[in-house]
Amino acid sequence: MMRKNEPSDLDLEVLQHEENGRLHWFDVDRRAFLKFLGGGMLVCLAAPRARAQESGRSSGGGRELPKDVGAWLHIGSDGAITVFTGKVEMGQNIRTSLSQQVSEELRVPLESIQIVMGDTDLTPWDAGTFGSRTTPTMGPQLRAAAATAREQLLDLAAERWQTDRAKLTASGGKISNPATSQALAYGELTRGQNLVRVIGADPAVSPAREWKVAGRPAPKVDGRDFVTGKHQYTSDLTRPGMLHGKVLRPAGFKAAFVSLDAGQAEKIPGVRVVRDGDFVGVVAPDLWTAERAMAAIRTQWNVPPQPSGKELFEYLKKNEETGGRDARQIKGSVEQGMASADFKLAQTYTVEHIAHAPLEPRAAVAEWNGEKLTVWTGTQRPFAVRDELAEAFRISPERVRVQVPDTGSAYGGKHAGDAAVEAARLAKAAGKPVRVAWTREEEFTWAYFRPAGVIEVSSGARRDGTVVAWEFHNYNSGPAGIATPYAVANQMIQFHPVKAPALRQGSYRGLAATANHFARETHMDELAHAAGMDPLEFRLKNIADPRLKAVFEAAAEKFGWGRQKAAAGRGFGIAGGVEKGGYVATCAEVEIEGPSRHVRIRRVVEAFECGAVVNPDGLRNQVEGAVIQGIGGALFEAITFENGRITNPHFAQYRVPRFTDIPRIETVILDRKDLPPAGAGETPIVGLAPAVGGAVFAATGVRLRSLPLAPKGLEKN
Amino acid sequence: MSRLVLTVNGARRSVEAPPEESLLSVLRDRLQLTGTKYGCGEGQCGACTVLLDGLPARSCRTQVSEAAGKKITTIEGLAKNGRLHPVQAAFLEAEAFQCGYCTPGMIVSAVGLLERIPDPGEEDVAKHLTGNICRCGTYPRILAAVKQAAQTMRKK
Repeated sequence: MMRKNEPSDLDLEVLQHEENGRLHWFDVDRRAFLKFLGGGMLVCLAAPRARAQESGRSSGGGRELPKDVGAWLHIGSDGAITVFTGKVEMGQNIRTSLSQQVSEELRVPLESIQIVMGDTDLTPWDAGTFGSRTTPTMGPQLRAAAATAREQLLDLAAERWQTDRAKLTASGGKISNPATSQALAYGELTRGQNLVRVIGADPAVSPAREWKVAGRPAPKVDGRDFVTGKHQYTSDLTRPGMLHGKVLRPAGFKAAFVSLDAGQAEKIPGVRVVRDGDFVGVVAPDLWTAERAMAAIRTQWNVPPQPSGKELFEYLKKNEETGGRDARQIKGSVEQGMASADFKLAQTYTVEHIAHAPLEPRAAVAEWNGEKLTVWTGTQRPFAVRDELAEAFRISPERVRVQVPDTGSAYGGKHAGDAAVEAARLAKAAGKPVRVAWTREEEFTWAYFRPAGVIEVSSGARRDGTVVAWEFHNYNSGPAGIATPYAVANQMIQFHPVKAPALRQGSYRGLAATANHFARETHMDELAHAAGMDPLEFRLKNIADPRLKAVFEAAAEKFGWGRQKAAAGRGFGIAGGVEKGGYVATCAEVEIEGPSRHVRIRRVVEAFECGAVVNPDGLRNQVEGAVIQGIGGALFEAITFENGRITNPHFAQYRVPRFTDIPRIETVILDRKDLPPAGAGETPIVGLAPAVGGAVFAATGVRLRSLPLAPKGLEKN
Repeated sequence: MSRLVLTVNGARRSVEAPPEESLLSVLRDRLQLTGTKYGCGEGQCGACTVLLDGLPARSCRTQVSEAAGKKITTIEGLAKNGRLHPVQAAFLEAEAFQCGYCTPGMIVSAVGLLERIPDPGEEDVAKHLTGNICRCGTYPRILAAVKQAAQTMRKK
């Protein structure tokens, strides 16, 4: 349906979700833009945002990746394999799954591989680790590099032995000639020299059916470091002479100083106060002293009036960005479809802002060595953060190195480089390395949120359950997963961006696919009910895609859908969809408990298919994790805010899933070795909320159309 | 600043710190024991859990002066002579982690539980560990690992 030369869904997400603006404006920004524009402050502050959007657009894609093997992997003279990728590890387990794929193609033991990840001086450029792109893009890239290296090694050995290369085999880190019992280790062949062969269009990669290392469970490559506390996250790193930094946070969003008195803070021994533009920070030899110093700064702020949570959905509807390109996706004629329908339905669905709340709050360590800035930070986009730093300090990107230690999770929340810029600014002033590690409250307030949204759906169907008209409007939450996977002849689907979102918003695991699946699948459930059909039967009636049908059937089979009746006070629900190349179907059983009619999820069965599976054990971990994270957004997570302030920035107020919330979870993985692998970090999250909503309806007859569904139980809704 | 003597993982450690500084901050920034994590600073997430005389405590809400005179055990002190504690071994075996940031606090909390309740049911484990957050949602594997560790420890 998408027109040619129009941005893809991924580009749209990049535009909508990866541009978060900057938290700080330094004096140099103001001077530069005053000079540039010769005009007032408001214009000045708006200008860099527009500029940043340009760079956000170009970083979404379009760069040529290196084609020579040497950029991606190196074989040491001792046979040690070092792989280079700009992707980062944050719990999704790609350090292991990528190692498996290199091991597979290079025919070397898994243990001989080290992967350098997310280091802007050492690894090829990368747009970032988001959008479930590692498995479908970086996996094939590294498999191709490793297969090409293997072929080159075979050629080198054939040349050395003056023999036919077809007689040689690569195995166990050696090239062998079975006929002569000759063998040379890879390191002896390369002698540590770079591999210079170019990766061709058709590298000799092994088909998934023949995989021996990939396609099987492999334990996390450095798992032991995580159970012993040895692994160092950014927030654990120290540098010689390192100071600890804290940054002053305004009393509300978009606040301006009325007054600032840092006199008491400056009197504390070892403390230095740094002020630049609207940025105020302190450094001290230890965190405790830095915190005391920050608490001693007296400030008054002017917080401008801004939208509050209670008027959120009305605000989103009223502030549509108009005049952009025609974003309607049209198929057939909705009008004609509606005219041929036996019954029609129109409903509105809403989703609140939610927070990623990664357990490691964002952090950075920055160090200036002469003209070179080095920053360690847990980000999903090291190259974009490098550019952000270069822009903030007006230096060329070549003078900035960003390194990403394996990170304490992100879920789409660590795209921006705020902590990196803060640490670098303080380190520059202090002339020493500085670590900035955000508090939980800072993380809940000054990061960014999954966008809230309003989704309006109207539809028409025939008596036999065929959906004949489908109109779908999403305000603000995003275009990911907006297309219906059902075979509907007449459709009109549109994403409506909002001019100025109510809160700083950005990417989140699955992007808007969770919101769009919630609205679509809840609506499908409502249509099924209106048609007097079973929710599964109704969906199957409208599915043409055999892969989608397969996951629905697999989930239903495992769950026992249709073979049993729910007990009193309980209900079953089912939902599914297609997103980022993965197919998912989720069945849920809920129980309504106690006087507040609390919704407890008792059982979840999720079927997932993402082509050929690279690491089945890692995949199950991702799928279960997505289901569990999905419970929070489905039932109780919501950011509350009032006039520029977040009113629940603590775990005591913002409830996330805990042990006592966890149902019995069963996953069914459909391994399609005949299909290329797709990513799995996001799609498994999208089916849970509508499945739970459907189960609540089945149990009670109450149809819930807002996420979270029942933060305080059904009585309070 | 005062000079305090702490017993950490069986060793006496002398440290200069304000007595009201959090034990977490002292362990991480003054003793370089960074295995214990900051997650919220409010005792709500369990990432900073250590054992004080064998009992789980939130080090972010414990003043260092309160810990002086008690036996402090951190994640770094569980393995003996390179041999993992059965709870660590069970977490590794079950791959009961994703990003791993909650893992030290989870393991230390579980060790504290198994010291008191050697044969916990699933509900005991869930109830005892519900103060520990895993945002990656690895809870089912953590439950399985703790039960496995309990079995190993009872055999000893």
